Amino acid sequence: MADTKIEIRNLYKVFGSNPEAAMKHVHAGLSKQELLDQHGHVLGLRDINIKIKPKRIQVIMGLSGSGKSTLIRHINRLIEPTEGEVIVDGEDILAMLADELREFRRHKASMVFQRFGLLPHRTVSQNVAYGLSIQGIGEAEAVERSQRWIERVGLAGFEQHFPAQLSGGMQQRVGLARALATDAEILLMDEAFSALDPLIRTDMQNILLDLQEELHKTIVFITHDLDEALRIGDEISILRDGEVIQQGDPQSIIMRPADDYISDFIKDINRGRVLEVRSIMEKTNRATGPKMGMKTPLEDALQQLVGAGKDSGAVTGEDGKTIGKITMANAIAAMARPDREIEGQRYK
Amino acid sequence: MEFFNEFPEMGRSDLRDFKKAIDFGFRSFSRAYGDALESFFDPLLQFMIWFEKLLINSPWPIILAVIALLSWLGSRSWKLVFGSVACFIVIGYFGMWENTMATLAIISVATLVCIGLGIPLGIWMAKSNRVQATITPVLDVMQTIPSFVYLIPVVMLLGIGKVPGLIAVCIYAAPPIVRLTNLGIRLVDEEVLEASDAFGANYKQRLWGVQIPLALPNIFAGVNQTIMMALAMVVIASMIGVRGLGVPVLQAVSNQYLALGLMNGLAIVAIAIIFDRVSQKYGERLQAYRKGNGNG
Ligand SMILES: Nc1ncnc2c1ncn2[C@@H]1O[C@H](COP(=O)(O)OP(=O)(O)O)[C@@H](O)[C@H]1O
Ligand SMILES: [Mg+2]
Repeated sequence: MADTKIEIRNLYKVFGSNPEAAMKHVHAGLSKQELLDQHGHVLGLRDINIKIKPKRIQVIMGLSGSGKSTLIRHINRLIEPTEGEVIVDGEDILAMLADELREFRRHKASMVFQRFGLLPHRTVSQNVAYGLSIQGIGEAEAVERSQRWIERVGLAGFEQHFPAQLSGGMQQRVGLARALATDAEILLMDEAFSALDPLIRTDMQNILLDLQEELHKTIVFITHDLDEALRIGDEISILRDGEVIQQGDPQSIIMRPADDYISDFIKDINRGRVLEVRSIMEKTNRATGPKMGMKTPLEDALQQLVGAGKDSGAVTGEDGKTIGKITMANAIAAMARPDREIEGQRYK
Repeated sequence: MEFFNEFPEMGRSDLRDFKKAIDFGFRSFSRAYGDALESFFDPLLQFMIWFEKLLINSPWPIILAVIALLSWLGSRSWKLVFGSVACFIVIGYFGMWENTMATLAIISVATLVCIGLGIPLGIWMAKSNRVQATITPVLDVMQTIPSFVYLIPVVMLLGIGKVPGLIAVCIYAAPPIVRLTNLGIRLVDEEVLEASDAFGANYKQRLWGVQIPLALPNIFAGVNQTIMMALAMVVIASMIGVRGLGVPVLQAVSNQYLALGLMNGLAIVAIAIIFDRVSQKYGERLQAYRKGNGNG
């Protein structure tokens, strides 16, 4: 299945009474605001093209109202597009009949929601078993089969509680366990941790990363929080007003922000923590000084250089061979808050 | 000027003909279909007769035990169990046992009929805005039209007796359960429904697994109101031949028997209060899961 699990092609979504008619204005180049003012339609998504790799975490980031929820709901077709294609494992989601689509949702893609979306009248274990019982598995067997997921997310002992008796963080663990219990290969997470307190959010991110190391799901993770995006994402797509304005891995987005909007977005992050030496090294296979892995954060790299009393160090690849050289000056320059003009010169 | 002082009404003979035409039309309809309707309702009639007999003929201690059991199952409160039993003992002691049983019988059957018709109707209304827009005004009419007005066609069609009485009670008492079923389903949290869709639930799984259970407290409030309204119709129903506590009340009105009217009236009130308290407690228990107790 090659390199793409989910492919979204030329996807448009217009909300309103006559989206098809509004599409010709969109193609004529009207902006979201103009479309709303002149034609009373909301442009939810415009010409989205994303290829999502299997077994990776694809983050979709954007401010509130940028179309993130709308986009993720196209993948399991909770929302019908106005135009475009959604392909999963080579299969056209939009061509599916109602019961094919139900099968797809039951077995292939499960979802975690921002406000949890738990069934308040079912206990924790019944909630986690929900996906299985929808598949037609008897309640008792479904509960039994989902038990290991309850344990896996740390909810053992709470099986008989109702959602309202749990804290937000624990409710979202239920949400996560419910999504995992169907063994779907694709996990859709719409701002799954946004409603949680910062500490609990970090907790949940750790749980997710741990699980991912073991399960290798294809995860589409939505967030409006850059730190979360950088922490979780293998790939990040940034949305604004329904359009993708930059895609790439976290390093490349920080090193080469596509425009002022994104520069603005990333200006407050701790660059020393997020940037890795591989992003600023000079490629070479001979270098002296302390050796460090290519994914070492700049902060740690600087510490090692200072500790060794050297001005430069060697960057090693996954096999331990030297692949580049890092200098103190480069590291410090990359950590300084970027000034747009200068940065433009430096990286282009 | 005369035009403004006198309302330009239809000619008197035209009006009379108009009314006559309607009366005649309905009468021939009733002549043509009355028997068919009567036999259509016959199973219901047999059931009502059987049920009333069952309540009246059962030994009173058994009835008391059943009442105690039901109020315990509903409310889980000893206070209410004792209260209900005490009320029925007093009612029996004052010689109103048989009428009370007859009233209980019609109320129970009316409630069952209202549930059986009302909940599916409410579900249908919740499914489509157009159905809702059509049925809502009908429910408004059912609730506001003076009951005597629909007693006329009902009696013309079916004569005097239990079935027309039941129909009259149901017309008045059914709207709340329809409304509250519809409302309850429409109030179910969007995100929970979306979750159910996202996991691939079909229409039935969504309805029975999510919408109905979450609407249940509202549906139950509807049942409660339906029972209350059915009780309020007891006296009117007795005018068209339904036995029960309404009959002595009617007698009391026409003969100015104060004590008789008061006693039977109070018996109706007592039954209403018992039903109300027990079913409210039950309704509360239905939503116990909504209450968090700390962070568990
Ligand atoms: N059902 C809808 N009808 C009309 N407009 C909608 C609807 N759903 C979303 N929108 C609009 O589409 C845009 C994107 O919304 P959404 O996908 O919810 O954004 P996000 O999840 O990024 O906050 C917003 O402008 C929102 O107002
Ligand atoms: Mg959203």
